[in-house]
Amino acid sequence: MTLTEKILARASGKSHVQPGDNVWVQTDVLLTHDVCGPGTIGVFKREFGEHARVWDREKIVVIPDHYIFTADSLSNRNVDILRDFVREQGIPYFYDVIDDPNGSWKFDASKGQLKRQYGSRYAGVCHTALPEKGHTRPGEVLFGTDSHTCMAGAFALFATGIGNTDAGFIFGTGKLLIKVPATMRFYFEGALGRGVMAKDVILHVIGEIGFDGATYRAMQYEGPGASALNMDDRMTITNMAIEAGGKNGIFPADQTTFDYVDARIRANGTKSDYTPVDLDRDQKFIHDQVIDLSQLEPTVAMHPNPGNRAPAKTLGHIGLDRAYIGSCTGGKTSDFLAFAEIVRGRKLKLDTFGVPATPQVVDDLHKLQMGGESVWSILESAGVQLTENASCAACLGGPGDTFGRLNTPMKCISATNRNFPGRMGNKQSEVFLASPYTVAASALTGKITDPREFL
Amino acid sequence: MPDSFSTPVFVVGDNIDTDQIIPAEYLTLVPTIASEYEKLGTYAMIGLPEDKYPVRFMAPGATKTKYRLIIGGRNFGCGSSREHAPIALGACGVKAVIADSYARIFFRNCVATGELYPYETPEPLAGVVKTGDEATLDFEKDTLTVGGRTIQLRPLGEVRPVIDAGGLFNYARKSGMIPAAS
Ligand code: SF4
Repeated sequence: MTLTEKILARASGKSHVQPGDNVWVQTDVLLTHDVCGPGTIGVFKREFGEHARVWDREKIVVIPDHYIFTADSLSNRNVDILRDFVREQGIPYFYDVIDDPNGSWKFDASKGQLKRQYGSRYAGVCHTALPEKGHTRPGEVLFGTDSHTCMAGAFALFATGIGNTDAGFIFGTGKLLIKVPATMRFYFEGALGRGVMAKDVILHVIGEIGFDGATYRAMQYEGPGASALNMDDRMTITNMAIEAGGKNGIFPADQTTFDYVDARIRANGTKSDYTPVDLDRDQKFIHDQVIDLSQLEPTVAMHPNPGNRAPAKTLGHIGLDRAYIGSCTGGKTSDFLAFAEIVRGRKLKLDTFGVPATPQVVDDLHKLQMGGESVWSILESAGVQLTENASCAACLGGPGDTFGRLNTPMKCISATNRNFPGRMGNKQSEVFLASPYTVAASALTGKITDPREFL
Repeated sequence: MPDSFSTPVFVVGDNIDTDQIIPAEYLTLVPTIASEYEKLGTYAMIGLPEDKYPVRFMAPGATKTKYRLIIGGRNFGCGSSREHAPIALGACGVKAVIADSYARIFFRNCVATGELYPYETPEPLAGVVKTGDEATLDFEKDTLTVGGRTIQLRPLGEVRPVIDAGGLFNYARKSGMIPAAS
């Protein structure tokens, strides 16, 4: 069996499953956030009763992260709905925006967008926060009310996005009926060349199979090129399984995984026992492809979809209005370090917005230095409008006052993961997806630029 | 549910993602709050760019659409996992979508909520019908009749009874998977 099949077999109490089987699986972690959490709570109460209790309060992780730093009153209210529910149910893992468990959240626009407006528990973008806070364990089953839940597959677990109704069902029962997906394998050989990042790998893969090429399927990454990648890189790759239509993305667990996971579990005191699954010899794949990482080049997914791929060096004729770095995919510490490597000591031409994925990333950027200067200050000196308010921000547009949102038709190069029409705000705007390196190089020149020119 | 219904259709292209069905700025609305459910419906398909879709799906100020059937292309409903998407369509009166193929989570959300029938068509219809054409969908025979032609759609199979029951919970109760509501 493939990794996905092995995890689903165990979670459904079976010795063997095969693609197409419908199985009831037991949930290890259910993740929800401020956009889909209130609706999920609504479904749970409507169906199980006003006084119903969740199946296991230790297994629910609630991370407000989407529409936080906005004066929109419904958005602020939605965070309060989460807090009320968490209090009522005694859910321990709630990464609230504010510290007062009986308070209510209100964003203060008069203080501006840049300075930190959150309490000590706030964790930022859920998919990046989840591993940071010790909630991803190899071999487990994770469901989340967000399509990029698949990012956690980097830690060798089965992780996929679901809707509110399914999540409400899990709140009550801990179980979900799912179809076992067939697995596509991508076998990585070689190492990434200069100026090429994990983002380029996944944009390349999506371009290969088309952006519905993995619909209903698992995407498994193996090979020497895969084990050489660090956890941030693996996360970038599994994050975008959904941009190929995939149900989940997954890497096998190795020492890199265990070191990361065990350190985060220790630091946060989360559940420490887990049983990983190993790679079998006899795996059956519906698609099996070798990718030589050393052959890849800086890659861009052009408007209007993530499968619309071209090498960055061929797109120099495309002029841009804005650059954006942030999100679960492209807002990690390593992403900002790559960006800083390119822009250090230079001045950006484009209006550029930077949104760290989590408060941890904010702290890292203040602490880490390059040539005696903090990364934060390198970015600011180059001209990045950088906020401490870690969140999804303009990755998905959001309310009109969202930091970095495209409020008028414009062309934006972005380290995020989606570029459908209107995704970052204005419907007529065009978004180009690229690696932090490529976004940085393009921000310097004002047009799409291969970052190797600056390295 | 009646065995068949007739309606003008609304035709869209390939890869209609959830941001076009219900843009992110409206996700502040919580679907389980009745007034916000209705409000979601008023914004259905508002994310379609005006230059490509000069005929709008929702008339200004309307809470219901006159197009109770949407004809899509490949990969309908791709993008986010927001259940707001099938809900917005259901809330404004859409009964079914007929597309070449669906993104996984959208399809699943149609079934779980029981809001819509996500039919697949073996023959692409986007070039055959145009917005405003009158069509009849027969749920009994799984056929679409439009412009004097009848097209056999793919039967919905195992998900059909779930949608018929009104979604996952009703179905689970009916079939004894979870206890009946007290
Ligand atoms: S950062 Fe973007 S892609 Fe990631 S969870 Fe937030 S909205 Fe979704």
